[in-house]
Amino acid sequence: MNRVIAKEYLSPYVAQIIIHAPLIARKRQAGHFVIIKIGEKGERIPLTIAKADADKGTITLIVQKVGLTSHKVASLNAGDEIDVVGPLGNATHIEKVGTVLCAGGGVGIAPLLPIVEAMKKAGNKIISILAAKSKDLLILENEIRSHSDELIIMTDDGSFGQKGLITAGMEEILKAQKIDLCVTIGPTIMMKYASLLTKKYNVPTIASLNTIMVDGTGMCGACRVTVGGQVKFACVDGPEFNAHEVDFDELLMRLGGYKNEESQRYQKELEKTR
Amino acid sequence: MVEQNDNSHRGLREEAWRKELKKSIPARERTAIDRVKMTEEDAALRIKGHMEVNKGITAEMAMQEARRCLDCPDPQCIKGCPVGVDIPTFIKYIEAGAFASAVASIKESNVFPSICGRVCPQEIQCEANCIYAKKLNKEPVAIGYLERFVADYEYMASRVTPPETAPSNHTRIAIIGSGPAGLAAAGDLVKHGYEVTVFEALHEFGGVLRYGIPEFRLPKYIIDREIKNLQKMGVKFERNIIVGKTVTFSDLEDEGFRAFFVGSGAGLPNFMNIPGENLNGVLSSNEYLTRVNLMGADKPDHDTPVYFGKNVAVIGGGNTAMDSVRTAKRLGADRAMIIYRRSFDEMPARQEEIRHALEEGIEFLNLHNPVEYISNGNGHVSRIKVQRMMLSEPDASGRKKPVPVEDSEYFIDADLVIVSVGVSPNPLVPRSMPGLHVSPSGTILVNAGEMNSNIEGVFAGGDIVRGGATVILAMGDGRRAAQGIHEYLQKKAKSVE
Repeated sequence: MNRVIAKEYLSPYVAQIIIHAPLIARKRQAGHFVIIKIGEKGERIPLTIAKADADKGTITLIVQKVGLTSHKVASLNAGDEIDVVGPLGNATHIEKVGTVLCAGGGVGIAPLLPIVEAMKKAGNKIISILAAKSKDLLILENEIRSHSDELIIMTDDGSFGQKGLITAGMEEILKAQKIDLCVTIGPTIMMKYASLLTKKYNVPTIASLNTIMVDGTGMCGACRVTVGGQVKFACVDGPEFNAHEVDFDELLMRLGGYKNEESQRYQKELEKTR
Repeated sequence: MVEQNDNSHRGLREEAWRKELKKSIPARERTAIDRVKMTEEDAALRIKGHMEVNKGITAEMAMQEARRCLDCPDPQCIKGCPVGVDIPTFIKYIEAGAFASAVASIKESNVFPSICGRVCPQEIQCEANCIYAKKLNKEPVAIGYLERFVADYEYMASRVTPPETAPSNHTRIAIIGSGPAGLAAAGDLVKHGYEVTVFEALHEFGGVLRYGIPEFRLPKYIIDREIKNLQKMGVKFERNIIVGKTVTFSDLEDEGFRAFFVGSGAGLPNFMNIPGENLNGVLSSNEYLTRVNLMGADKPDHDTPVYFGKNVAVIGGGNTAMDSVRTAKRLGADRAMIIYRRSFDEMPARQEEIRHALEEGIEFLNLHNPVEYISNGNGHVSRIKVQRMMLSEPDASGRKKPVPVEDSEYFIDADLVIVSVGVSPNPLVPRSMPGLHVSPSGTILVNAGEMNSNIEGVFAGGDIVRGGATVILAMGDGRRAAQGIHEYLQKKAKSVE
């Protein structure tokens, strides 16, 4: 059992929690995720490690309230207990390739942060582009900025940065300069269009698939995804894949899998806390 | 007279009490006794919940059944047991009413009789070799029921005395995985005085016993009490630790662990790669059973969701397929069916499970194979296109191959499909050990006797070596590996001196 050290809200729907997990903090690399579970009757969900401090023995998770368990995670406070296991998944392949375009949307900016950091450290030029619905939903702007050579911000409503979708901002950059690699993390629909765009410009692209995982160790196969015509398990083969080969339409369909069952349980929980 | 606790049951056949016991009833009278019937929960009632189907037998029933055993001079039953339990000895103790001695004698070769008495396929192991089945054309002695009876008796009578353990020799051993292989290895090693730590990736212990086998076949309290017993003997249990990820083998070496047993199981479910298999509502038996057994997804106060299918099809004919289809029935399916490409005769599931399934109203579409899953238009499965199969003449290996019947396809309604066509070894541990020799299918290659891998001090057993076998074979591996580790460490200690 691990203990929550601190919690703060980064936006009305996004909470950041710092957890004491010294073994994981020591082993974690960019791209790794953990499986967390709250309480005896809790569900196991995957969350990417946004930050880690090996000296303090802590990891930072960032979660958006979208369902029952993410709501419970966001409701945790310092001193609460939580089951954490990891680090899981394959670490991001980090090397010096030249210029890297890092495109993050919504809460996907959290798993993007360690990759931006590691890619910068490896000597790459980093152009980051972050997208959110509106200014108050944008997270980690300063952290991403501190590891980027350039930062562009897009909001759907124009309340901050440029108004428009992330792909509009990406296309301007792709037109203007040579990009050697693109990393994209965000809502699946965003990654789908970001991937279509970079394909047009022949830029190799990595997407991180934050899919439905139960055990995170390859045991159940709930997280299957078709990549290059082959069925892969996101938890042990991923979570990062060649975006141009991912069957995003199938993934979008699969993500809705337990929607009815989930929202029923979430509604009950909301009624309880009301 | 025979309540004793020593460890030398060999040569017991020659003891006076046993000879007397044999003479006390003529063989003709013994063979005239009918095989005991297991008391079972009523089918209509049991599908409303998860209660254990087999309710056990009474002491009187057990003693009567024990009388059937002829105490053969050359007992073949022992040869049918993967761990070589001295079956006639424990049965004769039961006949004499010395239940504690019966358990003690089983535990010399099998640490978890309450588990094996429930899930072992006795009908193809010990009981298949019984003289009643082989020579007398009668039902074999109910060895499994008797094993379960004495194991449960021990707990009911609160007579469990943890086996004696040697004083600590301060040598640390790491067991990776808390399934049947790991638990069996841990039990033997702690008896030798080693400091044993079991590392489990999940948040609860027991491996497949916990997430795979349903409550109605192996109640969770049985696993809990066996684990508690090991804790009493001094075994340490660490959950939420993935060896190779959370800690590496070299971390553990630095912490003083001198040998490793890898029993990480066959984690990766197989799929058939047919169209529509990635639709929602099509899942592996591992996912389905884990959601229900480990995560409690069928209970309204638990957070994990599960599909409550109305028309549920389970693909496969093994025990896991039976476990899945019977679970679906208990979760309220109107129609729960097995789709299996061969016939009852070839079905790998235990006979008892097939019988229980039939009693519970499970439909069997044998000689059928799915060829495609059809979407309801919203990405969820609604129909299965199946094909009829027939069995060919036996091939060179003597196996009849299922071959499709031409133009026999038709559709079956299904809103939940559970694919139960085997598992592959979990890649996490092998991937984290560079240089470890694995087979093309990913199983760890070991020396069959000592279960040691090509890396010094690393042993392995169970499904990570076999690819997909039974609980008892995994336990047998764990015990052999424990012996192998013990010999390895003793040799090493000597070479240092």
